[in-house]
Amino acid sequence: MAYNFKEIMNKPERLAPGHRMCAGCGGTIAVRNVLRALKEEDHAVIANATGCLEVSTFMYPYTAWEDSYIHNAFENAGASLSGVETAYHVLKKKGKIDSTYKFIAFGGDGGTYDIGFQSLSGAMERGHDLVYVCYDNGAYMNTGTQRSSATPMYADTTTTPVGKVSAGKPQYRKDLAAIIAEHNVPYVAQTTFVKNFRDLHEKAEKAIYTEGPAFLNIMAPCPRGWRYDSSDIMEICRLGVETCYWPLFEVIDGRWILNYEPKNKLPIEDFLRTQGRFKHLFKPENEHLIAEFQAEVDRRFEELKFRCSR
Amino acid sequence: MAKKNISGNEAVANALRQINPDVMAAFPITPSTEIPQYFSKFVSDGKVTTEFIPVESEHSSMSATIGAEAAGARAVTATSSCGLAYMWEPLTLAASNRLPCALMLVCRALSGPININCDHSDAMAARDTGWIQIFSENNQEAYDNAVMAFRISEHKDVRLPIMICQDGFITSHAVGVMEMLSDQEVKDFVGEYEPEHYLLNENEPMALGPYAISPYYMEARRAQEQAMENAKQVILDVSREFAEMSGRSYGLFEEYALEDADAAIVLIGSAAGTAKDAVDEMREKGLKVGLLKIRVFRPFPADEIAKALKNVKVIGLMDRSESFSTQGGPLISEVSAALFKNRVQAQAVNYMYGLGGRDITVEMFEEIFEELLAVSEGKDPIVKESGRAYRYIGLRE
Repeated sequence: MAYNFKEIMNKPERLAPGHRMCAGCGGTIAVRNVLRALKEEDHAVIANATGCLEVSTFMYPYTAWEDSYIHNAFENAGASLSGVETAYHVLKKKGKIDSTYKFIAFGGDGGTYDIGFQSLSGAMERGHDLVYVCYDNGAYMNTGTQRSSATPMYADTTTTPVGKVSAGKPQYRKDLAAIIAEHNVPYVAQTTFVKNFRDLHEKAEKAIYTEGPAFLNIMAPCPRGWRYDSSDIMEICRLGVETCYWPLFEVIDGRWILNYEPKNKLPIEDFLRTQGRFKHLFKPENEHLIAEFQAEVDRRFEELKFRCSR
Repeated sequence: MAKKNISGNEAVANALRQINPDVMAAFPITPSTEIPQYFSKFVSDGKVTTEFIPVESEHSSMSATIGAEAAGARAVTATSSCGLAYMWEPLTLAASNRLPCALMLVCRALSGPININCDHSDAMAARDTGWIQIFSENNQEAYDNAVMAFRISEHKDVRLPIMICQDGFITSHAVGVMEMLSDQEVKDFVGEYEPEHYLLNENEPMALGPYAISPYYMEARRAQEQAMENAKQVILDVSREFAEMSGRSYGLFEEYALEDADAAIVLIGSAAGTAKDAVDEMREKGLKVGLLKIRVFRPFPADEIAKALKNVKVIGLMDRSESFSTQGGPLISEVSAALFKNRVQAQAVNYMYGLGGRDITVEMFEEIFEELLAVSEGKDPIVKESGRAYRYIGLRE
């Protein structure tokens, strides 16, 4: 289906206004745009790991979700949605349901990379027909910006605070999309907010309408945790892609595809400079840290290109 | 009705086969492993239409059970010990989200030291999660309670998850004669699940698991508590209906030679069978001893228990689970509170027994009764001599 920006953006919202997410929150942008990939006639059940998204969109007695929605706990969105999806097959077989339902889980990187990792891995391995969407903002934002395994190296977080003897998080981030791809699921993709959202939309559509388990990893900046002006979000996402910090790729039935390679790869400083969490890296004595960061970005991008060349 | 010579696990697995739930999610753990194993074979042989989810942990078995039940399916799981401990958080969510799923618990000691044998520390650690808890003495009761489970949990006045407990190995693996209902009888008794609100309702989307701030949270808890209060009458009604079909009667607890007893013990589970033998032998000698076996621990039938014990002079309260309060276990605390609230003035002597599968014999029960009778005659019990609040039975010196 050809991508028609105007048509897509005019679809009815499935996450209604009135929720309490921050202005400029990447998580909300990710959710609204993933849901736009649903066919209007299809029902959906949304599962949600505990996090900002959950506590801000379903405050009793109000819900912003137009579709059926289940929040169970922090660490079990994958398993919970497994149960819902399995129930659907049973009830459909029994003739108790006529409509088509799609199953989408949303979790932050805390609920996905870390505490919910086992539950996600199990759901992927068992082959449930569902999509797990991680809105990756690179820290535990709901509890106030503690580091996660998705946090980039040298980020200043509240559990890796920059101090006299610390330059922020000592480790680089876990590559979750690659790990899920190694589960040999039919569809895995990494995306973020670029240009007219075509990349995100097409990947969401493929993820939802590919039979079997699918995983979407969406870089979703958090203005509070990353410390930037909320109007800068699109520029930050663009720089994430142009510096190859956040490459756009997909893995279809085990085949790796690089969706975009910048003609002139920008230096990582261009991405880091936009965010307060990396401010300390720009002190003269920390120049070597940026060089290290750049080396890791380069190494990972070469690795990705190698995977995509086979 | 057919006589079968089977174990508690096989009995419960067969009850589940006859119920034919929509979804079962389970992860193996001794001694409950056989239940999902037997059941998986029923699935493979087409004897049920259930979808079995072979999850990667007990945390996920409870989470998937919750998802399936919320979706509008009848869902069940089984576990023991550390498995139940691992699913503790989602246990509370099944209850607070008012999902009438079922869990077949085969009671086993919690670690550590790691131990695979029976005590009630797993079930008792989950007693405040909001689940209905029904305990079984033997394979027959485990089967009967499993057949009754969904009728109780799904009742519109209840809508709470239900835990059917049997003792690990002693009941789950010991083979004994029991009576199995016909498949049709169970099917008719249990009926179809018709949820009022569920995720896959095409006409009405549903949102489950909200964030609720202080002005709402307490009302939600109170509503949950009311459902548990309602469960008591529903359990009695369902048990009565079950008795009409099966000829086997169950109440909130069982009274055995209790009416004129001077000394009685209160306990839960398989040890009741051994205790009954001791009661029979002592009754033959003309000694007035009796037994109260608790069947329903949640909701806790406090007033009914106190009423049943009101004429007993000395009560032996027997726990198979430590709570480390230094005053005994949960049964001791709760029965004591029930007696106090109802102004029952009987003297109580507290015992801990059977931890990690430690045997308790007829002779041990006879000694306990003798001790209780001595107390009823004003003599000092061993417990008082030791200066402790309660005594461990069968402890190696």
